[in-house]
Amino acid sequence: MDAIKTVELTKKYKDVTAVYGLNLTVRQGELLSLLGVNGAGKTTTIKMLTGLTRPTSGDAYLLGKSILTESAAIKVMIAVSPQETAVAPNLTVGENLELMAGIHGFPQTQTRDKVAELCDRFGLGEVANKRAGKLSGGWQRRLSIAMALISDPQILFLDEPTLGLDVLARSDLWDMIRALKGSMTVILTTHYMEEAEALSDRVAIMKSGRLLLTGTPAEIKRHAGTDKFDEAFVRIVKEAAQ
Amino acid sequence: MKVFAFSKRNDLEILRDPLNLFFGVGFPIVLLLLLTVIQRNIPVALFEIGHLAPGIVVFGLSFMTLFSATLIAKDRGSSFLQRLYTTPLTAEDFILGYLLPILPICIAQSVICFAMAALLGLPVTIHILTSVLFTIPVSLLFVSLGLLCGSIFTDKQVGGICGALLTNLTAWLSGIWFDLRLLGGAFQKIANLLPFVHAVEMERAVLQGDYTGVFPHIWWVIGYAAAVTAIAVFTFLRQMKRQ
Repeated sequence: MDAIKTVELTKKYKDVTAVYGLNLTVRQGELLSLLGVNGAGKTTTIKMLTGLTRPTSGDAYLLGKSILTESAAIKVMIAVSPQETAVAPNLTVGENLELMAGIHGFPQTQTRDKVAELCDRFGLGEVANKRAGKLSGGWQRRLSIAMALISDPQILFLDEPTLGLDVLARSDLWDMIRALKGSMTVILTTHYMEEAEALSDRVAIMKSGRLLLTGTPAEIKRHAGTDKFDEAFVRIVKEAAQ
Repeated sequence: MKVFAFSKRNDLEILRDPLNLFFGVGFPIVLLLLLTVIQRNIPVALFEIGHLAPGIVVFGLSFMTLFSATLIAKDRGSSFLQRLYTTPLTAEDFILGYLLPILPICIAQSVICFAMAALLGLPVTIHILTSVLFTIPVSLLFVSLGLLCGSIFTDKQVGGICGALLTNLTAWLSGIWFDLRLLGGAFQKIANLLPFVHAVEMERAVLQGDYTGVFPHIWWVIGYAAAVTAIAVFTFLRQMKRQ
């Protein structure tokens, strides 16, 4: 079974079509990056797949469940780490993780074990008792991803996970994202080409709400006739404009 | 369980903000102290502790709108609420999670105010306990107003509207600081059409043990609380759908 399969997925806002007839398949355990310039439709696509906005037409199936009719079942299987850091600022790191465990209905012992496991995995132990709002951007982003992972999601959506981070913090997060590969399906949106190339099994390039191309980073470069991934992206997007 | 986790978070967010503690507890106590001192120097019936304390309790509760609205508006403004919308929390969980945890804070605030009033000379009777119980519909009114404002405005707008406008409306149109009959006319008519003066009059009657004096004020308070809660729930659900 595919992790995600969209069928003519479309979203219109009054006169503007944000996503136009998207047909995309993501395999289980795959890390797929959604690439595109601003207004390409990446965020709208993620919003539809995560149940934040309803498609105007078409449907999508997450592990066989329809986003139109089975959103409650889908919410149990997915997790989202939004673009902005979405943490509760006056709660400590540990309390933020406990909050997410509580929201997923974990009993106390399981919550304790999961919080300890994630603190260990993400190196959050040293800041576990610090308030989230007092942490640096890099630490907050780590926490944000850890919060998404507490429910052991089968599909994880990472929206611009390294936006605004310095080189070291970004490198740390890349390692953490790489470690997730294979254990769950990951959909990543990013503006950083080197990030997409380094992390993705496959890449989907969107422009003006339409899907232009999908393929591995190597296939994308071959298609564009260049050995530089960022150059390939620019060529493909510019060609589509002509 | 899910609602409990979300409610606990909302309580902690409010209680860990030092400004909330100052305005929620410190400010009403300072007002009680200050006005009691004034009353001792220049005796004014309005500021006698048995008359003043219920007014300060209601005025203090008006800050709960600010706390609740700020929390919700900030959650909406950040991606935090969007994150939670993708979890198994239901619409009912969100509404209960935002409304219920603030009610115990309201009760605690009222208890602290009455305890301070007792230290300043308010006779300790069973009526204090019943007065605290009668703050529940008043609390629901102010907390629901918070849900409503937090669902409509940004956190900056909430600061102006709930922090300045609502607290002033509660102060001036409730008969806490001056007898509304002194102004009379349209001012008094408008005040009587709003719930604030009725909340204060109801609390004053209960504190005096005059349970027939609770009427008709309690109907105004319950009516407004029910209407505002219904509008707030509708508005929150609408913005949730829009998100």
